[in-house]
Amino acid sequence: MTQALTVQNLTAHYGATKVLEDLSLSVGKGELVSLLGASGCGKTTTLRLIAGFLEPTSGSIRLGDKDLTRLPAYKRDIGLVFQNYALFPHLSVLDNVGFGLKQRGVAPADREKRAKAMLERVGLSQLADRLPGALSGGQKQRVALARALVIEPPLLMFDEPLSNLDAKLRVDMRVEIRQLQRANGTTSVYVTHDQEEAFSISDRVAIMNAGRIMQFDTPETLYQRPANAFVARFVGFENLVPMKVAARDGATVSAVTEDGSQLKLSQDRFGAIPDAFVLAARADGLSVSTDANAEGIPATLGLRTYLGRAYQYQADTAAGQLIANGSLSAPLEPGVQAKLVPVPDQCCVLKPE
Amino acid sequence: MMTSRINPLLILFTVLVYIFLMGPLIIVLGASVSDTTYLTFPPQGLTLRWFENIFEISAFRRTIITSLELAFLATGLALLVGIPAAYALNRYRIKLPSWLSTVFVLPILVPEIVLGFSLLKSVAVGMQTPIFLTLLVGHMLLVLPYCVRVVSASLASFDFSIEEAAVSLGSPPAKTFFTIVLPNVRSGVIAAFILAFITSINDVSTSLFLTGPGVSTLPIQILAHVEQFFDPTIASVSVLLMLLTVAVMAIVERTLGLTFLAK
Repeated sequence: MTQALTVQNLTAHYGATKVLEDLSLSVGKGELVSLLGASGCGKTTTLRLIAGFLEPTSGSIRLGDKDLTRLPAYKRDIGLVFQNYALFPHLSVLDNVGFGLKQRGVAPADREKRAKAMLERVGLSQLADRLPGALSGGQKQRVALARALVIEPPLLMFDEPLSNLDAKLRVDMRVEIRQLQRANGTTSVYVTHDQEEAFSISDRVAIMNAGRIMQFDTPETLYQRPANAFVARFVGFENLVPMKVAARDGATVSAVTEDGSQLKLSQDRFGAIPDAFVLAARADGLSVSTDANAEGIPATLGLRTYLGRAYQYQADTAAGQLIANGSLSAPLEPGVQAKLVPVPDQCCVLKPE
Repeated sequence: MMTSRINPLLILFTVLVYIFLMGPLIIVLGASVSDTTYLTFPPQGLTLRWFENIFEISAFRRTIITSLELAFLATGLALLVGIPAAYALNRYRIKLPSWLSTVFVLPILVPEIVLGFSLLKSVAVGMQTPIFLTLLVGHMLLVLPYCVRVVSASLASFDFSIEEAAVSLGSPPAKTFFTIVLPNVRSGVIAAFILAFITSINDVSTSLFLTGPGVSTLPIQILAHVEQFFDPTIASVSVLLMLLTVAVMAIVERTLGLTFLAK
């Protein structure tokens, strides 16, 4: 039976170095949650702690009503899929898949039947007698997936399972993983450094940095409403402009940049705006305008690049270099004075760091 | 079509190297079947009586058995210590200082003669241990580095996430070692066994110090024999020792193929 995973206040050290600090995470029954971050952010450490390969300094890990915190790894009953497949080189594909069942004392005939059925599901029944060495990367990862799924674990965990595959196969496999996970309704934790991969298959994503979760939300919320500057930068908000509120008029707030240019923002759109804040925008959240009356950040345009759907400009402003998009109908040359006008739907208001 | 020309000089050198390597073996083999009472090459006449003679000399009979016992026991014990050591060194390499792995190579770096002498002083004389036991300790020390080194090389290319996969599927760590780790470093263990076995059975320098009244090894007995006799028995014993080595290699060739030794 699939179970909910609850990780509470987990802290872990490698020697004297703290690698995980007070991390809490809950994964609902049947949910797929990704841990996303650059290498060294603690995502793999978290996975290894849950798997039981590392011991936390403090905190607890619960799966359903079972406390895993001090349970040896082999008793945790967690299905694991590794980056480098980790198939048993000396066992046939069928025996690889049947290994977990064997440990559970399933009779040989039943074991073979279930392993074969699982191989059928990942489309590899014709390779049952091969050794792993004779398989391609994608096939290996399917075997690994079958091996983890066949024990019907209450929790399934993936450690960068697609990193060793080529780009095309990666996309196919992640769809396949998601379909199998959905069909089985297995609670899953998925570790990756690939944002697109995490966002495309997860119910929720925890973006991690330096051993902490920076934001834990649905992909949609993370992408549109990052909670802080780190997440904003991570999901592609290239422009972060520090601002101060100059005046408030009902729901409308007049804010000024450091060089004094004024912008009007609506709290209906951005929620309560603090007195000091950071305006975050992707390139398409700042529109280049040569209209002298436009309300925006004054800029001197620099290099122009062609993106197909728009022109993109490097723009020098008092807040540093920003990146903004301009219309295709009027390409502008470097050196032109223009204004960068925030597009409200594409911008966010963040607390200052 | 491309044709590659082989430099005749290269062929000459190859032939010379072969002669250099094979020559002594052929001379010993020839001398061992010579129907003369002294060592000579090319052989005069053909006889196997010098081979029979080995088994008529009780000292040879005894020492062959002692040498075999020593080689099997020392190698077995060294593997018993060496495999777990190699495993620990590779599995937990992050936590251990690198000099620790060097310690296991020390017996190779220290001249065997020093090893023999120090064992004589500290163990044989110092602790009054039986000769066979002292020899066993000496040989075990002698072959341990090979065991650790060769098994380590095998484990170095072993992906330990395979072990973790097995554990995650419910296999306890100790069981995992035997069912998953060991089968995958089998060739390394066998290579270590061969190297260690051959090293032990051919050893002179260490054994020289540790043999004593009544207990000796075959190579030491050969030395002792040569001091007194100059008949072809010595050549036939040498051939026997060679055959023993070849036999071990042949078994390996049959079971595994020799190519893995080159890895």
